[in-house]
Amino acid sequence: MKANIASSTAQEPVFELKSGHFTLPNLRLLASNMDSLDEQLMARVQQAPGFFRNTPVVIDLSLLAERNAEIDFPLLVGLMRGYGMLPVAIQGGSARHEEMAEFLELAILADRKAKKTTSPQQKTPPREKPRQRSAPAMIIAKPIRSGQRVYATGRDLIVVASVSSGAEVIADGNIHIYGTLRGRALAGVKGNRESRIFCQNLQAELLAVAGQYRINEQLEPAQLGKPAQIYLSDKKLLIENL
Amino acid sequence: MGLTYEESDLARIIVVTSGKGGVGKTTTSAAFAMGLAQRGYRTAVIDFDVGLRNLDLIMGCERRVVYDFVNVINGEANLNQALIRDKRCEALYVLPASQTRDKEALTREGVEAVLQQLADTFDYIVCDSPAGIEHGATMAMYFADDAVVVTNPEVSSVRDSDRMLGILASKSRRAENGSEPIREHLLLSRYSPERVKNGEMLSLDDVQDILALNLLGVIPESKAVLNASNSGTPVILDEESDAGQAYDDLVSRYLGEELPHRFLDIQKRGLLGRLFGG
Repeated sequence: MKANIASSTAQEPVFELKSGHFTLPNLRLLASNMDSLDEQLMARVQQAPGFFRNTPVVIDLSLLAERNAEIDFPLLVGLMRGYGMLPVAIQGGSARHEEMAEFLELAILADRKAKKTTSPQQKTPPREKPRQRSAPAMIIAKPIRSGQRVYATGRDLIVVASVSSGAEVIADGNIHIYGTLRGRALAGVKGNRESRIFCQNLQAELLAVAGQYRINEQLEPAQLGKPAQIYLSDKKLLIENL
Repeated sequence: MGLTYEESDLARIIVVTSGKGGVGKTTTSAAFAMGLAQRGYRTAVIDFDVGLRNLDLIMGCERRVVYDFVNVINGEANLNQALIRDKRCEALYVLPASQTRDKEALTREGVEAVLQQLADTFDYIVCDSPAGIEHGATMAMYFADDAVVVTNPEVSSVRDSDRMLGILASKSRRAENGSEPIREHLLLSRYSPERVKNGEMLSLDDVQDILALNLLGVIPESKAVLNASNSGTPVILDEESDAGQAYDDLVSRYLGEELPHRFLDIQKRGLLGRLFGG
């Protein structure tokens, strides 16, 4: 069956290769301190929350104060994703930076300034837009106890146990709980409205996605004690039994 | 008998903790230490509740206290002067707390030095933790190998135990060194099957569902506990009582024996339970 379909459609062209020009915002990294970056990015994003949503961004490293500074790329990429940006490439980094970027499947764009001076062994030309690869999720296999707080920066959080009442689980991405959720769960805390919360047994004290929250008292009694997903639809927090 | 923990030469340090007060930590510490000693293990039980000492009363040695835990830490007495040998069981020693100091007198170095010294000559060291999550409690748990979390079948006690388990997982020597975590055991005390049936109390299943812990034992609500406290006799010595038997089972279970949990159903309750149960 499959072979039939393949042969019948093989004649018609399925794609064309064309080059296009896009102007992408560049994030010029001046220092390698991720904590300060996080703070300042947050301040910037808060001024225009929609501006960075799903925007491809190039990380420009040519203005780094310290040329070969050690940069925590997975964290950097995670941070940017947390704010809705899609880091797609780096530019102007050292050989070490390029190696790291390649590992994260970021494209390496030729440095314009460098291009003029060194011509023969140019680095790889800009690739097509790379495949998306998300930062690995934080996985926790032990119960999260009352008073404990877990925050997955720039990524998803997976809990393969229960979250006790008085405990708090927070993620920039989605939250999955393969146990009972009795505590508080806050997904997409940096404003990612696509984030969702999933749990096997809903008894949460508080649920929040991108700042829209609901407390236990506001939950439908019929929805309690059952598997559920929680997500935003038209800025409204929906709770849906699975 | 499978004596699982005997392989090590060093004493095993057990903290009896809960978060909430009045759930039966000291009763448990006394009974548990007595149970281990009765089986021939050299056992020391330490009162960490500096300023509110009780263990000496429950152990019935309050009139024999000369020096205490804080004296030893401060170098005002040596350990042998402060340890009180139990009159009923010669393998059991009590290290009482000071009633006149506050908990800040327990320094980490001081506690460590005392525990190290005890570890040379004892098989088990039972630490009776004060209530709360402050200094005294964190000192009691810091060096522990095992934790017995005493919980009553009610929501606030269960939540406090849960909080305690979170602290055990982060603020202990084992957690800080990244070694094998503290073994956590649940002890459900003051359990009353009648009240569970009437919906006035959480059931064992409810508690297990929330805490997800290895159940060491269930101690039934029993008049025997109060009587034992008043007479300064660890309740485990009251072999006729349900609570005494439950503690005895619990010690065997801790040492690796597999015993069914008793006193969970109304029908199986003994005469005492029927007379005094709620």
